[in-house]
Amino acid sequence: MNLHGFGDQLLAGTLLTLQLAFASLGVGLALGMAGALAKTSRNAAARWAGSTYTTVVRGVPELLVVLLVYFGASQVLTMLAELVGLDASIEVDAFTAGTVALGLTFGAYATEVLRGALQTVPHGHVEAAQALGMGSGRIFIRIVMPQAWRVALPGLGNLFLVLLKDTALISVIGLEELMRKSAIAVSHTKEPFTFYMAAALIYLGLTVAAMTGLALLEKRAARGFARRAA
Amino acid sequence: MGQPPALEVVDLHKRFGALEVLKGISLTARDGEAISIIGSSGSGKSTFLRCVNLLEAPNQGTIRVAGEEMRLVRRRDGALAAADPRQIARMRAELGFVFQSFNLWPHMTILDNLVEAPIHVLGLPRRQAVERAEALLAKVGIADKRDRHPTELSGGQQQRAAIARTLAMEPKVILFDEPTSALDPEMVSEVLGVIRALAEEGRTMLLVTHEMRFARNVSSRVVFLHEGRIEEEGTPDQVFDNPRSARCRQFMASHQ
Repeated sequence: MNLHGFGDQLLAGTLLTLQLAFASLGVGLALGMAGALAKTSRNAAARWAGSTYTTVVRGVPELLVVLLVYFGASQVLTMLAELVGLDASIEVDAFTAGTVALGLTFGAYATEVLRGALQTVPHGHVEAAQALGMGSGRIFIRIVMPQAWRVALPGLGNLFLVLLKDTALISVIGLEELMRKSAIAVSHTKEPFTFYMAAALIYLGLTVAAMTGLALLEKRAARGFARRAA
Repeated sequence: MGQPPALEVVDLHKRFGALEVLKGISLTARDGEAISIIGSSGSGKSTFLRCVNLLEAPNQGTIRVAGEEMRLVRRRDGALAAADPRQIARMRAELGFVFQSFNLWPHMTILDNLVEAPIHVLGLPRRQAVERAEALLAKVGIADKRDRHPTELSGGQQQRAAIARTLAMEPKVILFDEPTSALDPEMVSEVLGVIRALAEEGRTMLLVTHEMRFARNVSSRVVFLHEGRIEEEGTPDQVFDNPRSARCRQFMASHQ
């Protein structure tokens, strides 16, 4: 495969794709956890906020979420700046907007995965911790989360694989990640098949690597849950 | 006047909706007493035990541990909740609780199950917590299981580990909620053996159980609950052989 000297560019694009994917994963996991806690909360307002979030984000095409965040965020921030008396038009860069948009989407789906996982932890395990005098924060971190995590991992891993490829959507707002780099190479070389094929192989390679990592994580999280030999 | 009793419960009431399951129960356990609570299912005995350390919210009543009164506030739904999270955490640590279904944490080894609360609730240094845990595992006869996970143990071994986890907090009173009801018959005796040894050491305990012969042999006092009230109370001999109430006589006739 002759890349006409665009190999370095594709590599740079791949690195940016990975950065974008992991930054979005961080934002998304935080939003997903907040969403899951909100949806399982005793507080009605929190439950309402949680379901509004998941309904809105899951009900709008991802491409639109990306565009709305990119163009909307600049307008909102500029308005806020005017409110405090700053006369500046604030630009949100494509990486930040992309991270927020992909994180919002990941978080909405992760909310459901985590909510289901939290509900699988037997209440008796929480009661045992309470009976020993442990506080609710500590119980969540030490008792509930490690068990819920094991249940949530396959679902979250699946969402991450989707996220990894959805980073290509951020090319529409000009971020020079792998997809955009490939398109640039195509426009210079007029060899669309070569470069789109190269991009496809790289996405495939990233996916295989991610799946391997996930399999290791799942194995680690499953410690102690192996079925007892009869 | 001697020291205050290890546990004092006064006029405890509990309602589930319109159903009143505890209709005013008062019970005092002096230091070193082993009190068995018996009664048919639905008599409220497990609910009573769960109310004592607030796993269940009572609607009325007073609970004192070694003279210290649990501070309670009324929630919007009418039930009582802990007023001070620090106090309830401390008092729960003083009230050990052993569950019917063990409730060991499956993602931790047996040792980690035992040191978690001593380190993070009592503030014990890890080395000291590990030493204490190892001694307790040896005491309940499963020292070799320290690095296993709960699912690798038999039911009887899991319950012994759960008892050791409770003992690691050095509680003033231990509450046993049907500790052998989830076990296969051949494992019941190993767990009862551990509980008997604790009673003989002079530990203060409340034991909800269906094991009548065991209740008779280890308890200093037996309480018979019926429909949320204490129907009969006395020494094992008196309650088992000469029950005064008709309900208790009926119950004894069908359980011996």
